[in-house]
Amino acid sequence: MSPRFPEVAFTVNGREVAVARSPIARLADVLRDDLGLVGTKVGCNAGDCGACTVLLDGAQTCACMVPLGQAAGRRVTTVEGLAQDDGFARLLSAFHRHGAAQCGICTPGMLMAAADLLNGNGATIDEGQVMDALGGVLCRCTGYRKIVEAVLDAANVGAPPSDDDACPTGAAVGARLPRADGRAKLDGGERFGDDVAPEDALWLRVVRAPHARAQFQVGPLDELFGRFPGLERVLSWADIPGNNGFGIYPDIKDQPVLARDGVRYRGEAVLALVGERAAIEAIRDADVPITWQPETPLTDMDAALADGAPALHADRDDNVLTRGYVRKGDPDVSLASADAVAEGSWRTAYVEHAYIEPEAGYAVRRDDRIEIHACTQTPYMDRDEVAQVMGLAPEQVRVVPTACGGGFGGKLDLSVQPLIAVAAWLLDRPVRCVYTRPESMAASTKRHPARLQARFGANVDGKLVGAVFDGDFNTGAYASWGPTVADRVPVHASGPYYLPAFEAKTRAIFTNGPPSGAFRGFGVPQAALVHEGLMDELADQLDFDPLEFRLTNALRVGDDTATGQTLEASAGLAGCLEALEPRWRALRAAAEAFNQGSETVKHGVGIGCMWYGIGNTSMSNPSTMQVGLAADGRLTLYNGAQDIGQGSATIMLQICADALGVPVAAFDYVLGDTDRTADAGKTSASRQAFVSGKAAELAGADLRTQILRLANTGSEAVIEIEGGSLVVREGDAARHIDLVDLPPNPKGDVLTGSGTFDPPSTKLDANGQGNPYACYGFAAQIAEVEVDVELGTVKPRRVVAAHDVGRAINPMLVEGQIHGGIAQGIGLALMEEYVPGKSENLHDYLIPTIGDVPEIECILIEDPTPLGPSGAKGIGEPALIPTAPAILGAIRHATGVRIRQVPATPDRVRAAIRAKAEAEG
Amino acid sequence: MGGYLRPGAVQDALEALDRRGLTIVSGGTDFYPARVGQPLDDDILDISGLAELRGITETDSHHVIGAITTWTDVIRASLPPYFDGLKLAAREVGGLQIQNAGTVCGNICNASPAADGVPPLLALDARVELSSRNGVRSLPLTEFIIGNRKTARRPDELVTGLTIPKPANPAMSGFLKLGARRYLVISIVMVAGVLERAPDGTVAAARLAVGSCSEVARRMLGLERVLAGRPIGPELGSAAMEEHVELLAPIDDVRGTAEYRQEAALTLVRRLLRALGSAP
Repeated sequence: MSPRFPEVAFTVNGREVAVARSPIARLADVLRDDLGLVGTKVGCNAGDCGACTVLLDGAQTCACMVPLGQAAGRRVTTVEGLAQDDGFARLLSAFHRHGAAQCGICTPGMLMAAADLLNGNGATIDEGQVMDALGGVLCRCTGYRKIVEAVLDAANVGAPPSDDDACPTGAAVGARLPRADGRAKLDGGERFGDDVAPEDALWLRVVRAPHARAQFQVGPLDELFGRFPGLERVLSWADIPGNNGFGIYPDIKDQPVLARDGVRYRGEAVLALVGERAAIEAIRDADVPITWQPETPLTDMDAALADGAPALHADRDDNVLTRGYVRKGDPDVSLASADAVAEGSWRTAYVEHAYIEPEAGYAVRRDDRIEIHACTQTPYMDRDEVAQVMGLAPEQVRVVPTACGGGFGGKLDLSVQPLIAVAAWLLDRPVRCVYTRPESMAASTKRHPARLQARFGANVDGKLVGAVFDGDFNTGAYASWGPTVADRVPVHASGPYYLPAFEAKTRAIFTNGPPSGAFRGFGVPQAALVHEGLMDELADQLDFDPLEFRLTNALRVGDDTATGQTLEASAGLAGCLEALEPRWRALRAAAEAFNQGSETVKHGVGIGCMWYGIGNTSMSNPSTMQVGLAADGRLTLYNGAQDIGQGSATIMLQICADALGVPVAAFDYVLGDTDRTADAGKTSASRQAFVSGKAAELAGADLRTQILRLANTGSEAVIEIEGGSLVVREGDAARHIDLVDLPPNPKGDVLTGSGTFDPPSTKLDANGQGNPYACYGFAAQIAEVEVDVELGTVKPRRVVAAHDVGRAINPMLVEGQIHGGIAQGIGLALMEEYVPGKSENLHDYLIPTIGDVPEIECILIEDPTPLGPSGAKGIGEPALIPTAPAILGAIRHATGVRIRQVPATPDRVRAAIRAKAEAEG
Repeated sequence: MGGYLRPGAVQDALEALDRRGLTIVSGGTDFYPARVGQPLDDDILDISGLAELRGITETDSHHVIGAITTWTDVIRASLPPYFDGLKLAAREVGGLQIQNAGTVCGNICNASPAADGVPPLLALDARVELSSRNGVRSLPLTEFIIGNRKTARRPDELVTGLTIPKPANPAMSGFLKLGARRYLVISIVMVAGVLERAPDGTVAAARLAVGSCSEVARRMLGLERVLAGRPIGPELGSAAMEEHVELLAPIDDVRGTAEYRQEAALTLVRRLLRALGSAP
C-alpha cells in the first residue's frame, strides 16, 4: 500500500533519504522499518519512556510522536549517527567504563539526551543539569547513578581517559572490567526482541480480554477476512497442536495459550491475528466478532476467600493455590513470656516489572523444527514449554535468545513465544510479534500483592525469643511462580536474625487479577517490610538503637536458621552492620539536628536488613558451562546463562579466564542458544553468579587440566595461546602443542572443558525444616529521606548499602545491581501500584525517574562461600529487598508515623501524619 | 480515511477545516499517546508548518502566543516576570523531548484536567483566539475549556493563538506542581498565581488557579477578592482558608484521594502566596 504515498525527504545521520510511507507514520517506525536504523528503540509509543529519543534539528525529541510528514527537510540524528561522530567518542567511552548501560534498551535514548546537553554546553555541567536533560528517559536497570557519573565524566574537560578493557592474566576476578557486550549497547548494534525478524515475516497481534472474568463466543470470521485482505489467519485455542496450557511448574500448566471460552483476567489472550503488518494494524479489537458475557470478578483476596466464592480453577475449590509452612520450636510459648512484643499488619500492591523493552520476537519453521528468537530470561525453560504446547520433542525446538531489554523476573514466563511458534508452524512463514506497552502491562506477570501480619518478641537483653508470621499472596489468575513465593517467604520471614522459635504460614490465592509471578525477590521484599518494621518497634520498646538491635540478633556462622539449617560459612550481616555503623550514627544525628530547626520539612534515617537464599528453594537447579578451544587458538565460552543486563556474560568470562589461566581477551562467547550451549538454568533467584559462575570455573579448570595433561606438566604451569599453538611453561621448560594436530568436534573445537554445578540443598520436612539453600546473601541499607509533613511527599536523599556478596567478581557490575535494586526498592516503597485497567501505561504507572534516585554509597563485604566461584554469592535480588524497609523506617524517624501500606504515596503519608496528630490531640 | 494535510499558510488550513472535520496535530504529544496499538487512520491537519503561528509577539496591550509555540519556545523567550509561572509550568511538561515538540495551545485544546498550562494561563487571564473562514473570535480561557477534554472550538475553527493582557501594575507570578516523582509526572495538584503590586505595596489584583482538582482548572475568585488591597508580604499565605478551596471538586484516582487533593490544594495555595508575598 505504500506506493500511493509521496516521498518525504530528510537527512538522517548526515545522509539524504526519502521515504514513501504514510506521513502520519511515527518517525521511530520509519527509522526502524524503512531505514533499518533499529538502534532507536520503542518502549511505549506514548512519550513516557524516552527510549526512542533522537535529535531533530539538534533537539531531543521522541521519535514515536513525530509524524513522518514533519521530518521533511529536517536533520535527524540517531544513535547510529552519534556512534560515528568522533565528537561523542568520549561520551560512549564514559558510558562503557562506568557501566552506564545494563540491558541497553534505554541507552540510545540516554545517549541522545546526553548529546543534546553536551552539544549546547561546552562549559561545566552539574548533576542537576544532567538530570534535567536526561529526565525524559526512563531506565529500569541502572538506578541512573552510573549514567549521571558517565555524562559528568564525558562533560569534564581534560585528558581522555584510557579505554583499555584488558586486565592482567589471572586477575580478572575482582576487576572492574567493562561489559564484554558493552560496545554494542552504545552504538545501536545490540539486537533486542523486536530487532531481528526477517523482512518477510508476518505479524501477529493478540486480541485480549477486556474483562477480568467473562465467558465469550467467537462469531464467524468471514467478514473480518473480507474487510482486511492481508489477514492470513486467526488463531484460536483449537489451533494449538499440543497442550493449550503453560506454567512454571511441571504439574501446573494452568494458563491457556489462548482462552477457550472463558477468561480469568483482563488482558488474557483470546485470539491471535496473523497477517501482513498493515492489515493487522488496521484491525481494531471491536472489529473482531467476540461476544462477551462479563461476570463479577474476584478482584481481591477477600472476594476469592469469601464463602461461596466461585472457584477460578476446578482443582482448587477454595481458590488457594498452595500453602507454605515453617515451624521451629514453640513461638507461642516464647512470645507469651517475652519482655516485649511488637505486632502489625502490612499491605502491598501489584508491582509491574516495567522493563523498557516490551516482549517481542519471531519464530521460523525449519522442516520439523521450530526456531524462536525472542527476549527471555530462560532459554531452556522456554524450549521445553514451547515443545509441550507444540506437541513436539524438546529437541525440535530451538530457542535463540535476543538481547533482553530488562527482565527482573517478568521474562521468565512465556509471552510471545508459543503464539509465534504455533503461527509460524502452521503457516510455514516467519511470524513476529511485539507487545504494545499497555498490552505488556496488562498481560504480563506482576509482583504478588500481599497481606501480611506478624508478631515478634524479644527480651530486655535485646535478644529475639520468637516470632509468628502469616502471609497471604494474591497470585492472580494463574499459578505462574505462586508456589515459589509461598515456599520462599516462610523460610525468609524471620529476617536475617537468629530466632529460637518461629512459625510462618503463607498462602497463594487465586483471584481475577493478572498472574503474579517472579519479580526480583519472590515475595521476600514484601516480607522484609514486616520483619524490619517490627525490629524497629522492638528496638523502640527496649530502648535499643535500631542498628544495635539488629546487630545483636544478626545470624552468624554457626547459628541455626528458622528452617534449622546451620550456617557453616559466609554470613556477613554483622560485617554489613558494622561497616554501616559510623554512617548510621552520623546521619541519624544530622537528621535530628536538622529537625530541631525545621517544622515543615523533616529528615529521617532508617535501616533495613535482609537475607536471601541463592538459587532455587530445596530444588535441584544445575548449570552446565562449556569452554572450547579451536584449532586457531580461539577460546569460546558456550554460556547458557542468559544475560538480561546484569552482566553475567562478562563475569562468566572473568571466572573462566582465571580458572583456565588465560586473559579474558582470549575468549569469544555464545550466549543462550539452546542448540549451541548447555542448560545453565534460569536467570532468576540470583543464581547465575553463584551456580553458573561455579560451572564456568569448573569448565575452565577442566580445560586447564586437559591442557596440562597434554603438556604433561604440573598444576602451576602457565598456559599461553599463540595462534594455533599452545605454549605451556613450567619453570624454564616450555612445551608446545600444535592445535591443528588435534581432531575437532562438530563445533570446531579441538579441546572442550565442561563444568556442572548444582548447589546442595535438602527437601524441607512437614515443618519446613531442612537446608533449602546452599548459601545466603546478606545486606543492610540505610536510607535518608526528606518528608514534607504538610504534603506527605517523601524524597530519598541518600542510600548507603552494605552487601555481603561473598566475592565481587566485578565490583562495577555489583554496584550496578545494587543501584538498580535500590531504584526499584524506591519505586516499591513510594510510587508503584499497578491497577488493572487504570495504570496500563508508563505515565499512570510511575517508576522512579533520574531525579528520584539519590546518591548511593556501596560498601561491598566479601565473606566468601566455599561453594561459589572465588567465594561469590548472588546480588540481583538482595539489592532490592532492604530499600523499602529502610525508607519506611526513615519516614518513621522523620515523622513518627508508621506506614504499613506500600506504596507510601503522598496521600497515604499525609493521612498517617494527620491521624497521628489527631490521636495526640 | 488517513488523509494528511500540512499547509504552509493559515488560510489554507482554515479552508481545509471548512470543508470537513479534521484532527489537528502539531507537536503530536497528545495525538500519538491516545492511539497506542490502534490504527492511525484519522484525517490529519498538521499545523506545524504554519510558521506565522510560531513564537510570542508583543503589542502595546498584549502578548500573543502563537498556536504552534512550543514549551521550549516559552522557556527561552524573554518575557516579563508575570510569565514566570508559565515558564515554571513549561519546565514541568514531560521531559525535554515533550517540551521541544508539544505546544501551549495544544495543551489547552487537549483540555486534560491535569494540563500543566491551564492554571498559569488562567492566572494570566488568557484569551483564546479562534479563527475560521468566517472570521476570528476570542474567548476567555474559562469559556474555552468547558469540561474534561471538551472545548468550545467548533470543528471549522483553528486555535491560532492565546492573548495575554498586560497587567495594569507590576506583577509577579509562580507555579507549584505536586506529583509523586521528580520528572514526567502528571500532577496530583497544581497551583498558579499572578500578583499585581499597587504603588502603595498592597495587592492591586490577584489571580490564582488550581488544576487537577476539578474537571477544569478553577480560578480562586473568592480568595482573589480577599487578597485585593492587602499588604504584600509573606503573611498573604494565611489569607487562604478552607472555604476558598471548597469550589474544587477533586476525585479519587491512582494519584491520590479527593480528600488529600483538597487539603494539598490549600497548602499549595498558601505556599504560593507566601512565596509571591516574600519576593523582592
